[in-house]
Amino acid sequence: MYQYDTHDQTMVDARVAEYSDQVARRLAGTLSEEQFRPLRLKNGLYLQLHAYMLRVAIPYGTLDSRQMRMLGDIADKYDRGYAHFTTRQNVQYNWIKLEDSPAILADLASVGMHAIQTSGNCIRNTTADHFAGAAADEIEDPRPYAELLRQWSTFHPEFDYLPRKFKVAIIGSETDRAAMKLHDIGIQVVKNEAGETGLRFYVGGGMGRTPMIAPVIRDFLPPLQMISYLEACLRVYNQHGRRDNKYKARIKILVHELGADEYRRQVEEEFAHVLTLGLEPPPAELARIKAQFADPGFDPAAPDAIDLSDPDFKLWVDQNVHAHKVPGYAIVTVSLKPTGGIPGDASADQIRLIADIGRDYSFDELRVSHAQNIVLPHVKKADLYAIWQRLDAAGLATPNLDLISDIIACPGLDYCSLANARSIPVAQKIATRFADIGRQHELGELKLKISGCINACGHHHAGHIGILGVDRKGLENYQLLFGGSEGADTSLGTIVGPGFTEDGVVDAIEKATDVYLAQREEGERFLDTYRRIGTAPFKEAIYG
Amino acid sequence: MVDTLIRLRDDAASTAPVVPFADLGEASNATAVRLSPGDDARALLPLLDRLELVEVAFPAYTDGRGYSSARALREHGYTGELRAVGDVLIDQISHYHRVGFDAFLPNQPITREAVDKAIHTWPEVYQRTVDGRQPIWALRHG
Ligand code: SF4
Repeated sequence: MYQYDTHDQTMVDARVAEYSDQVARRLAGTLSEEQFRPLRLKNGLYLQLHAYMLRVAIPYGTLDSRQMRMLGDIADKYDRGYAHFTTRQNVQYNWIKLEDSPAILADLASVGMHAIQTSGNCIRNTTADHFAGAAADEIEDPRPYAELLRQWSTFHPEFDYLPRKFKVAIIGSETDRAAMKLHDIGIQVVKNEAGETGLRFYVGGGMGRTPMIAPVIRDFLPPLQMISYLEACLRVYNQHGRRDNKYKARIKILVHELGADEYRRQVEEEFAHVLTLGLEPPPAELARIKAQFADPGFDPAAPDAIDLSDPDFKLWVDQNVHAHKVPGYAIVTVSLKPTGGIPGDASADQIRLIADIGRDYSFDELRVSHAQNIVLPHVKKADLYAIWQRLDAAGLATPNLDLISDIIACPGLDYCSLANARSIPVAQKIATRFADIGRQHELGELKLKISGCINACGHHHAGHIGILGVDRKGLENYQLLFGGSEGADTSLGTIVGPGFTEDGVVDAIEKATDVYLAQREEGERFLDTYRRIGTAPFKEAIYG
Repeated sequence: MVDTLIRLRDDAASTAPVVPFADLGEASNATAVRLSPGDDARALLPLLDRLELVEVAFPAYTDGRGYSSARALREHGYTGELRAVGDVLIDQISHYHRVGFDAFLPNQPITREAVDKAIHTWPEVYQRTVDGRQPIWALRHG
């Protein structure tokens, strides 16, 4: 994976120095809170309901054991012994003191990490397929492009005050594991008929108040024009994106209002100009980055068989282990969704344990998935049993990946100042209601996602079952959506009917799963049955 | 308001009246113009030879359109004074400078010393813009 050179290190060190100076000015009173606010936000420091929250970037979700260990140490040293992994492959600390924040950034910088552009109306941390470089179905590892993009977007002077925040996701497989079409820009590495690599650009997707699936704006772009094309896409947006209404300011609205064809035309015109400016890093730079993402030294003789005689182990392998591109290896997902736990939370000890396992068994590499779990991307099948035992002893081997209790939930009203309703207790109640793992397996793949308000950080539009917290005359109320999906078959969920109380929504979900079990045909997931039979039978069971 | 114009240029400041972009059609001999956030800077391209001052208004620092306007003018060869006017804050100065501004007229006074320091916030940069600095990728590959 990518390692900082002295140039990259210089940049994060400069940031720590700049930020430390800003905090000192704030603490001394020469900066007012009003003046300081945009500055701290540029460093990912939010003021939440009860304390400051610090959001740390994990570029394209990839990190090594040293970095992971540091995340655990920071949780112990500056927080309450926990960290929260987010749907954007970032990590958040919820109980931070302002005066500690420069020291935290310095600790992060010592392992090549930062909180740059994890907030504000700028280009945010780029996300990527969490199985990148390991997935059996991959065309090309997308992370070298993501790293190129990270560098280009870091302190980009022109795009620091866009109409609204800007999120890019990049994948290199046919299977979309990064909800790429629901981003401001989604990039897919593709091959053309001649076998050449190119980039397909989807522009103008998003969730939030007005969810939209991004249209294709460029079908095939030579990879060595990516930065120039991004410049063009962003310039058109920066000039013409709406600034009169915060809810209409995302690029999806611009693309929608102009129409994909007109937006494309404007981008192509700008692109032709940008190409004359020499903004593109040379091929040698992409080659330098690619070399750092080269495959680790896989053992060609690694045995492919797994001894599955332990039934609990088998359950976990069946659910949480995926095919790897190299025989004898596998991809492990460590679930951060124990029954009744807080989705995406991990204790400092758990984080350090996962770091150690990554170091010992996964070529020192870890990933954070947008489903708020941790991935060990390159594990020998022969080591799976030992890994499982170590995870199980730490409460990290819940065999529930993609099942109903593998819930994505935003922080909600427990932490977030924008929330209408709590997300975490709902997630906990649902997971507890369906605690029987046999029942969960019977229900099969069922992606459940919860947001505490319309901003949709919990991706509720993209859940097979989505829950949206709303405020109903001062009371927390929950709307239920069915039929969303974020993969190759991206679709947006639709609201089933009137909202529910916290307990009511759990009951309604149980009724919906009963309908599914009664009506499903061979091989159908909940989503497939819903798409086939429509809303009516579910409505009937829930409200009838 | 105290005049707090800070110029990073050696030539004498323009004394020409500054014409709003919308009135440019009537003032066909104007040499100084002011762009507001919604104005399309590219409409000035045919006039670049004649202009000696372009003011770019920032009614609020959060409206970043002026960054694109400035950079576009420089990319198309404008060499006159490019002045950021309005809600211009010290913590944004380095970005302004990178997209081509060489003069600042902030609502709240800033010292020349602070501006010089701010411009050197970043010892290195990742992007090629119009400030002539070599990006990190160029340093890496010579
Ligand atoms: S969805 Fe709303 S409540 Fe949840 S984290 Fe985002 S802004 Fe906060």
